[in-house]
Amino acid sequence: MSGFIPPFDWHAVVVSPWTENMAQYGWIVAMGFLVTLACGLVGNYLIFRRMALVGDAISHSVLPGLAIAFLVAYHAGSSGLWGTPPDAADGAHHDYRSPLLMFLGALVAGLGTTVLIELIHKKSRVKQDAAIGITFSSLFAIGVILITVFADEVDLDADCVLYGEITFVSMEPRVRLGELSLGPPSVLRMGVVTMLTVLFILLFYKELLVSSFDPGLSRSMGINPTFMHYALMSWLSVVVVSAFESVGAILVVAMLILPGATASLLTDRLPRIFLLTVLHAALSALAGLHLAIWLNCAAAAAMVVMGAAWFVLAWVFSPGQGLLRRWWTLRTQPLAPPALETAQPRE
Amino acid sequence: MRASQSAALLAGVLLLLLGAAMPAEAAKIGELTETDVFEQAIRFFSMKDPTARYALSGAVLLGISCGLLGSFIVVRRMALLGDALSHAVLPGVAMGWLWHQTKDPVAIFVGATIFGLLGTFVVSLIKQTTKLKEDAALGMVLAGFYAVGICLVTMIQRLPQGNKAGVDKFLFGQASAMGPDDIKLMAVVTLIAVVVLFLFYKEFLAISFDQAFAHVSGFPTRLLHYSMMLLLAFSVVIALQAVGVVLVSAMLITPAAAAYLLTDRLHRMLWLATLFGMVSGALGAFISFLQTSLPTGPFMVLAASLVFGCAFLFAPRHGVVVRWVRRRSRARRVQRENTLKAIYHVLEDRDFFGEGVSLNELAERRRETVEDASQLATRLVRHGLATLHEDGDLILLTPEGMQRASAIVRNHRLWELYLTNAASIAADHVHEDAEKIEHVLGEETVRKLERRLAFATRDPHGRAIPSTADIQKISKGGSSPEEVTGYGRRP
Repeated sequence: MSGFIPPFDWHAVVVSPWTENMAQYGWIVAMGFLVTLACGLVGNYLIFRRMALVGDAISHSVLPGLAIAFLVAYHAGSSGLWGTPPDAADGAHHDYRSPLLMFLGALVAGLGTTVLIELIHKKSRVKQDAAIGITFSSLFAIGVILITVFADEVDLDADCVLYGEITFVSMEPRVRLGELSLGPPSVLRMGVVTMLTVLFILLFYKELLVSSFDPGLSRSMGINPTFMHYALMSWLSVVVVSAFESVGAILVVAMLILPGATASLLTDRLPRIFLLTVLHAALSALAGLHLAIWLNCAAAAAMVVMGAAWFVLAWVFSPGQGLLRRWWTLRTQPLAPPALETAQPRE
Repeated sequence: MRASQSAALLAGVLLLLLGAAMPAEAAKIGELTETDVFEQAIRFFSMKDPTARYALSGAVLLGISCGLLGSFIVVRRMALLGDALSHAVLPGVAMGWLWHQTKDPVAIFVGATIFGLLGTFVVSLIKQTTKLKEDAALGMVLAGFYAVGICLVTMIQRLPQGNKAGVDKFLFGQASAMGPDDIKLMAVVTLIAVVVLFLFYKEFLAISFDQAFAHVSGFPTRLLHYSMMLLLAFSVVIALQAVGVVLVSAMLITPAAAAYLLTDRLHRMLWLATLFGMVSGALGAFISFLQTSLPTGPFMVLAASLVFGCAFLFAPRHGVVVRWVRRRSRARRVQRENTLKAIYHVLEDRDFFGEGVSLNELAERRRETVEDASQLATRLVRHGLATLHEDGDLILLTPEGMQRASAIVRNHRLWELYLTNAASIAADHVHEDAEKIEHVLGEETVRKLERRLAFATRDPHGRAIPSTADIQKISKGGSSPEEVTGYGRRP
């Protein structure tokens, strides 16, 4: 039992990552920040729409899409159609992944999940919660079988699916532009996706807002809520698939929901919620990395643990609606308890 | 009561079987060289090989407990609470493992149950004390607890000493890694679940469908709710090792949802869900047994999804295909009746002079092409309602066809008259409504309408309403009520 939790060495955990191993850890934090930010921004809308668990479903069910994309890219690659044919002799690492195919696979899988949930829910008397559970678990099971059976051809292992391999970004060969080293390709790719996410939200701010909060008003303003729904789901699939290799299928759910949930405990205004989402993403990535270095555990999971810790802090100490504040209100005004207390239905 | 009784019996028989099978010795799976799937299947299901015996009995036991508890969470619309709970147990599994630094089933069971219950408690706490909705709370608990668990599991894997094998098996499940201790624990827990559900079936039934009723009936609803959560945590935890943390919720939801499509009675649903759970558990364990590197969980889940897919498509009452066929045959009947009505109108316009209606007349009446009219006529012929004259252009209604045509027109006009007389709707507003209802008025209603309208002979537009007596005259002498109203079975 002793030695399970390593001693906290201030220098090794907090100082040296930024003085000696900057190049290594900087990119991991950057990747964690970008992933959490992109997920958190899209996830805000999932929280508004009460669709957090559809996010859960999509994050699981992109796996088969991704696995098929890898298989296609591998076979196209080995037949010489897509890049160089494999050459076992030179032993070099061949990258058969094609980002385009991966996005396509995820898009198909994500939209397929949404449609399938709707289908089961509408065409039978199975309720939506059970429909979500059935859909994502079947697709995820197919994905797991694909990656185990075709383990040689699909460059995704079970660990990656379960908790991601975010620390691998620091080992990737850097993308170079002439003399300038730009950084690991996956971080750059994630950066582009995050920027596009921000752009998507800025461009369609009004449309997303109205269709999330009031579909009727949205229709009367000429904004098709169904279209916005599918647009959001497609973008969610793209974000999830770009985050997949770093954080895996399940931790993504936390990154989708935690930033927005934390922010909504602290404020009611949408612009402030978005700003707090950015802050939460940055703090989780940074603190998570240090936690991972200290405990020597999976970095993506540590980032989620820290994100959850920020949520708990906000839950307890939020000035407007924190547990402490509620307790204090109840104590000082015992005769007028908030309606919330009494209106709870009995479990 | 009957269902739980039989379920208890079943569990008892299984336990006996297990006890009897334990001492038997047989070839180990490693000595197996044949690749014949059929032979493997015989070997697996005859339980001669200890690994197969444990895997199969584990799969069957988890099918029973997951099917039973899953049925309750599906009807209570708490399916995703099962999902959150099953992810939340991971830190408990890791801590249970840490307790003895080895795979001790009891320590893992206790740890996992504690964390599962803690997870459901945090979900309800978030729901009660913040403005966040249930879905967000479930998602956060699911992924947050899971992240803590992953941190612990990766820390365990990096420990220098000890037997680390086995912890990662909890993620995707490996039925073949189960030993006799695991099976004993599963059997005990399944038995507890079956006995509790059997003893308090009525109470659980009441809180599942009508909380308020259960409360005023004096049932301790809160206690019942929490004991159900405890049983749910139990069944998740014992299923963990075979199915894995990630997919265990599917074994709760999918068999129960399939059963839900097949029956309306909770006790039958419990039976079916248990059966589906056992079948998919055994199938999954068998497929993963064929090639030991394959994880068990995904195959069990796929087998369950297959069962659900079949129920979704072919369930006798709620199946998609069945409903489609039913809807199509109804649409066909309505179409036939509309054709008959059009023919009747053509005949009526010339005071029933002449004996047939030409395809051209029918097409004109229905504002369709002659090809369409000819197709409609062919359908009437196929159902014995009309015959086509030799050159194929003249439609002659058979007595039965005439009878049914008159019946439809009578229904239409009676309803129009009823709406204008009894509901005071303007005469030019009643056609649309009558156009729909004419196909579904039954014999009893028609007779009531006729009596109520004093056997009126004219509709609001001044056209004659064929009376039941008139229709009877058309008939070739049959006079049973079905033939009279035109709703009997076709000969």
